[in-house]
This record gives sequence, structure tokens and C-alpha cells, in this order.
Amino acid sequence: MNLLPFAQWCEASTIGNAIRTSTWAFAVIESVHLLALAAIGGAVLVVDLRMLGLGLSESRVRDLARDAFPWLVASLVVMLVTGVGLFLSEATKCYYSTPFWVKMTSLALAMTFTFTVRRWVTLADEGRVGPLAHKAVALVSLALWFGVGAGGRWIGFSA
Amino acid sequence: MSLLPFCQWLADTPGSMALHESLYMYPLVESAHVLTLCVFVGVAATFDLRLLGITLRNVPVTDIKRRLGPWMSAGFVVMVITGALLFYAIPVRSYQNIFFRVKVVMLIAAGLNAFVFHSNVDRRVAEWDRDPVPPRAARRAGAASLLLWAVIIVCGRMIAYNWFDCDKQPQRHIVNVAEGCVVDERAPEGGPR
Repeated sequence: MNLLPFAQWCEASTIGNAIRTSTWAFAVIESVHLLALAAIGGAVLVVDLRMLGLGLSESRVRDLARDAFPWLVASLVVMLVTGVGLFLSEATKCYYSTPFWVKMTSLALAMTFTFTVRRWVTLADEGRVGPLAHKAVALVSLALWFGVGAGGRWIGFSA
Repeated sequence: MSLLPFCQWLADTPGSMALHESLYMYPLVESAHVLTLCVFVGVAATFDLRLLGITLRNVPVTDIKRRLGPWMSAGFVVMVITGALLFYAIPVRSYQNIFFRVKVVMLIAAGLNAFVFHSNVDRRVAEWDRDPVPPRAARRAGAASLLLWAVIIVCGRMIAYNWFDCDKQPQRHIVNVAEGCVVDERAPEGGPR
């Protein structure tokens, strides 16, 4: 399956064209993308640090995860919507960008992991999940999201 | 007094040139700067939202400060060091960039906001530590912090764009003044500056 024609179609689409030809659109969308990065960072870190025993260790993992979940989902939605806009405006560049594919792979894994294993583990009844499992889940989550962030930043550096 | 000569001197130092022209070092420093957003602003926003009574309402404010404070501080230190390095790599253009200047002003405002918070309502934190919704002064500090850091992030991202750069003349007079561009505005378009 060759995705290049799809990327070209994206770039030629009305939205892709509008964002690319505008002076401000890309910069503004990118700024919102960054604001959501900070928000999702907080929502992920508060829970992952707790599982590592490094953050709010007086609070229960489940309570923190419940509180952080709406923020995680909301910032992720903003990330995805703005991210699609950014992608549409330079889809063929992304197609040829290794960091872009690293980011998309990490993103698919991070989202799958976050909404399955990590969610089950963080919402499990107390005592059912040991500290070692908590630590492992937190480390995997942090590693995957780091891959998304680092890949994303590196798209901008590749010529 | 203008800081421009200092920035020009800084730009000519070997370290600045090496960082500016490096293939990987500059991108790495910039990546660290951006990704540390998650640690610093992410955690700071969590604290601000707690001050606003929006999230973690059942967690005492002092718990959050004691447990997440070190992460916030560590993130802040990385932000300052990497940010200083980014400025060091491109001093003159940054100094004359409108978004950089707004960012610096907002950073000072954020510092003042934090100082006022710590020297006033935070001193009486024992009285409202467990309140789901903290007192008005604390909420105001949280809201101001969220807003200021949002503006700082946006300005930081916008520094990369050259819409208002001094070497793109003619610019509006007010832009040239705000950025401290050294330019003869009477010169015809494309003329010497």
C-alpha cells in the first residue's frame, strides 16, 4: 500500500491548502498544539509519577487517574484536531519524514496502551496491582509519550 | 542604554557560533526546551487548576506543593538553562524579536504573580489547605499563572517566525520601535538600513 497519493490528496485538500497558504494559520494551530502538549504532559505525569512513587504519594492512584482522565482526553482531542490540521498542510513532507513515522507509531502505541492496560491498572481496586506493575506501566507510558513528543519536535528539523 | 552591542558581542563568541551552526546540538537543546514544557508547565498547570478548585479537589494544596514542587522546580531549571542556551545561540535576532520581548515581559509578570502568591495568601495556606475551592486570592493567582504561561508558550513558539524581523523592512514604525530595530525609515523600500 502506497500512502504517497493519499498524502498528496491531503495536501491539495481545501483545508490543507488554506492552512499552507495562510501566513498565520500554521503558527496559530501549532501554538494551540503546544498548549495542549503542556496540558497532556501534566495529565500524564501526575498519574505516572504517582505510580513511580515520586509524586502525590498520599493520594490513591485511582483517585488521581479519575481526576486526570478528562484532562487527558480533552488535551488529546485538541492535540489530534490541531495535529491533523498541521499534517494536512504539509502531508507530503511528513510522508518523507522519518520522525513523523516514529511519532505516528509511538502515538498509536501510546493511545492504545493508555486506554487499555494503563486505564485498567490505574482504575483497578486497591491492592490488586503491585508497585512493580505500577512502575512498569508508568515507565512504558512515559517512554511512549516521550517518543511522540520527541518525534514531533524532530519533524520540524528534518529538511 | 541598549543591550544590542552586548548581544552582538555574544553572537561573535565561539560558543554562540558553535551552537548556532551545530547540526545536532541546537535541535537537541530546543527539543529539551519544548519537551520540558510537559514537566514544568504541565505540573504547574495542575497546581494552578487545584488553586482554581477545578481538579484534585480532595488533595490538600500543601500535598501537591510538597510532592510536585520539586518536579516543577527541576522543570523550571531545565527550561531556564535550555532557554538561555537558545538565546545564546541566536542573541541579536532574539533580542530584536517582538515575540521574544513579549515573552520576557510575561515571564517577569509570571514571576511577580508567583511572588505575590507566596508572600500573601500562600502564607495562610493552613487555613484553606483542604478547601475544595481555595480563597479568591489563590484562585486569582492560579488563573493569572495559567494565562501567563499560555501566552509565554505561544510567544515562544512564535519567535521562530520572521514576520516582524528587523531585516524585513519596511515594517510599521511601532514595530521597529518595539523591537529596537536600527533602521532609517526615510530610506526607500529595499534601501540601506
